[in-house]
Amino acid sequence: MKQIRNFSIIAHIDHGKSTLADRLIQFAHLVDDRQFRDQILDNMDIERERGITIKSQSVNLPYTSRSGEEFELNLIDTPGHVDFSYEVSRALASCEGVLLLVDATQGVEAQTLANLYAAMEHNLVIIPVINKIDLPSANIDGVKEEIEHELGLDPESTLLCSAKEGRGIQEILEAIVARVPPPKGDIDKPLAALIFDAQYDSFRGTIVSCRIFDGTLKPGSVIRPMSTGATYKVEEVGIFRLKPEPVKELSAGMVGYIIAGIKTVGDTRIGDTITLDANPVSEPLPGFREVKPVVFSSIYPIASDDYQSLAESLEKYKLNDAALIYQKDSSAALGQGFRCGFLGLLHLEIVQERLEREFDQSIILTVPSVQYRFGLADGTTVTVDNPAHYPDPTYIRTTEEPYIRANILVPERYVGAVMKLCLDRRGVNQRMNYPTPGRVEITFDMPLAEVVFDFYDKLKSITQGYGSFDYELIDYRESDLVKLDILVNGEKVDALSIIVHKERARDRAVIVCDRLREEIPRQQFKIAIQGAIGGKIIARSTITPFRKDVTAKCYGGDISRKRKLLEKQKKGKKRMSVVGNVEIPQSAFLAALKTDNE
Amino acid sequence: MNIKDRAKRGNRMNPQSDNMPGLYIHIPFCKTKCPYCDFYSVTNVDLAEEWLTAILKEMSHYSNIFGTFDTLYLGGGTPTVLSNTVLVSLFRELRRHFNFHDDTEITVEANPNDITLEKLALFKLLGVNRLSIGAQSFNDEELLLLKRRHSVKGIEEALYCVNQAGFLNFGIDLIYGIPGQPMASWITSLQKALGFKPTHLSCYQLTIEQTTPFGKMLQEGNLQGIGEKQGKDFFLTTSRFLENNGFMHYEISNFSRKKRFRSRHNLKYWKHVPYLGLGPGAHSYLNGKRWWNVKSVKDYCYQLSQGLKPIQASESLSPEQLRLEKLFLGLRTNEGIKIDVAFPDYQTSASLENMVKNRLITVRGDRLIPTKKGFLMADRLPLLFP
Repeated sequence: MKQIRNFSIIAHIDHGKSTLADRLIQFAHLVDDRQFRDQILDNMDIERERGITIKSQSVNLPYTSRSGEEFELNLIDTPGHVDFSYEVSRALASCEGVLLLVDATQGVEAQTLANLYAAMEHNLVIIPVINKIDLPSANIDGVKEEIEHELGLDPESTLLCSAKEGRGIQEILEAIVARVPPPKGDIDKPLAALIFDAQYDSFRGTIVSCRIFDGTLKPGSVIRPMSTGATYKVEEVGIFRLKPEPVKELSAGMVGYIIAGIKTVGDTRIGDTITLDANPVSEPLPGFREVKPVVFSSIYPIASDDYQSLAESLEKYKLNDAALIYQKDSSAALGQGFRCGFLGLLHLEIVQERLEREFDQSIILTVPSVQYRFGLADGTTVTVDNPAHYPDPTYIRTTEEPYIRANILVPERYVGAVMKLCLDRRGVNQRMNYPTPGRVEITFDMPLAEVVFDFYDKLKSITQGYGSFDYELIDYRESDLVKLDILVNGEKVDALSIIVHKERARDRAVIVCDRLREEIPRQQFKIAIQGAIGGKIIARSTITPFRKDVTAKCYGGDISRKRKLLEKQKKGKKRMSVVGNVEIPQSAFLAALKTDNE
Repeated sequence: MNIKDRAKRGNRMNPQSDNMPGLYIHIPFCKTKCPYCDFYSVTNVDLAEEWLTAILKEMSHYSNIFGTFDTLYLGGGTPTVLSNTVLVSLFRELRRHFNFHDDTEITVEANPNDITLEKLALFKLLGVNRLSIGAQSFNDEELLLLKRRHSVKGIEEALYCVNQAGFLNFGIDLIYGIPGQPMASWITSLQKALGFKPTHLSCYQLTIEQTTPFGKMLQEGNLQGIGEKQGKDFFLTTSRFLENNGFMHYEISNFSRKKRFRSRHNLKYWKHVPYLGLGPGAHSYLNGKRWWNVKSVKDYCYQLSQGLKPIQASESLSPEQLRLEKLFLGLRTNEGIKIDVAFPDYQTSASLENMVKNRLITVRGDRLIPTKKGFLMADRLPLLFP
């Protein structure tokens, strides 16, 4: 077997993971320096802009060590956000070692911890790397101390680098070769390949990224993803060198891709095991689970004529994002649309942005909701993620909502502000840890619904960027939930209904009523906007009617201009939804559905 | 008033001529500019001779296109700033180039300051049978604010001349909603105007257009327009007051003593009857096509001197556009619109019921007639139809 090393880089956002990956690729001379595009692995626009990796990618790097031995290093990039923690865990399962990247100025953060634990679970060799040592504010000794105390790693094993300036890159490569063990595996055993990613290519269908644990795979073989049982004939196997490069075979220990006429990425499941149909393994590789969405929202086209186009766009989008689930939904106010499930709020935002940018869709998303559980009088339990399906309140016996455990790491001076934020968000059961002097690890149990709004942004702002945050879903807990309806002239606007905690209902209602008052144009009658729970009005605002709307003069020279104005207004009206007899422009929905509280 | 007078006061001899075209002449000159006005005019009256040469050429472009006119309207600007010789040439050439029906309504807009018995005698001679007097207010302070060049006394003298000269069919233009104007002052203006027995009144709420000096003052905070509620009060009070005095409120801003004293010319604009507009900035309409002239005396004269029509732009109206115009123009008048214009597929919807319930329109036979409340909302009303 060739000298192979499979590794991943884990880091907190902004700690320089993509820059380091770029340097490693550059060092392998896979690409001309002049053609070098920064952050080659992050090739989606959004990833580039946000500086985060959404899809896992891998790249095969040839490397000749100082001792003259030839290696093939497989760098498996991991998504850098808590929404995609399952994808991270599958990428890590495909490796034998990780580079744990820590920013020399920021030190260890919550996500670093979470990622470290994930790597430890997979028994990976961990190589700590301190990045950004070129910065004047770099505190190498301090970070080393954190690595020792907070992470429990040997500070002497820590490497130093500046990915930006290209310093320390070869030392990292040497450490990978020396410290990361070669992959184990038996080419004579039945094929067991772990899917850690799948991407859609409009010409070739689904390109499955996988790590071969045992056996070999050649074009022509018939494979079977074990969770679905479907079979496919392999057309091509290969390795990633920025572009896919076909090879004769993939064998145990290798990381590469499979093209096998799989139509959509939805036909593959990340974490699933691929085996040969003719000679299957008896047990799939461990750790597979179905990814379940935790945040739900409905997507509607802004112009109802665009429903078909939205449907087609979602279908195409879904080819490349198996985690998004959707089904038809409809609203009296917004017409036909789709109820969608997302891995988290970032995932939701990514879907929204990509539909708008890449598919040119103008869309409205309803307020994100989590999945609530209601125990009913007849003893059954229903799960509801859509306020439209809120059960009849008279039959509800118990109400529960999902809780997360939030792990927050902040400099000591922000503890007060963070505690207040968490308590405001109904955080309970807090614990505090002082891993190193000056830094505090705060753990809170909080309703997921409180986090999906703008918790992370708020945390960042009150800690001036120093707070870091990670969470895991823990359980469902009893909670006092109500359905808040918004009424316009007495008619319910279904798209604006939300399920909220009772204590939150009034604030939310006031905000929505005020925003609608600003956005709904005056009409010839008075418009009352109300927030209500059941029959009880808890907030109200009023739009005064037009008293007079007529121009004094209209003679020969005024007619064309006036008609053009009316034509424009008529066009605008077409884009309005009518609730009762009130016309509501889409901008009002957008404003009312905004989640921030300013 | 005896029967003979009645006949003189513009009684329609041929009621079938409703679809005959109208002719508008734009006289783009004013001695002074009023700060609220957004009609096109220049203060260099010396250009009138050049303008006359040009408009004579423009007439020749349209000699045989429109057929027989039954209204002629001289507007502006200020038609009364034209010299007698220019007026005489203008009318001579108009009659040479175009056919006019025997019963043609010939209106001239007149500034009270320019009205003399001599001028009126000339108008009579030229066949003018209707005057529209730009009085605007019977309050000197208000006239000063509007920068009118006449005083209340000037108006009264002019109207005395009008009566003297035997012009029985005349209208008075008035403006309400002048900043600082109390309702009582407005009612006084109306009463004084009525004292001169006009057949027609145009009562415009002061509209502050952005492009005017008033518009600039408004932007800079040196002027305050009246609010919606006040506007509504003025409008309804005016309507009620004039109706109680025997006038018919036949268009948003227009009132006539009898149906026959409505401005026959302006009705053509509101009923999509063809009209030809001559002069800078004038609009014309014929067979679903509308075009308008350049809004510059200089360009206008130049283009005509080159043998070209001075047209700035034109548009052909689609059936849908025509319908929309019929809708919003009709809803500005007390004749309203035919129900099949409002609902072309003969399916009246809940929107009609709502409009009736909200007392914006009433249904009379096959027509939808706007109420006073409908008049107040005339700019929104068309949007309530399919």
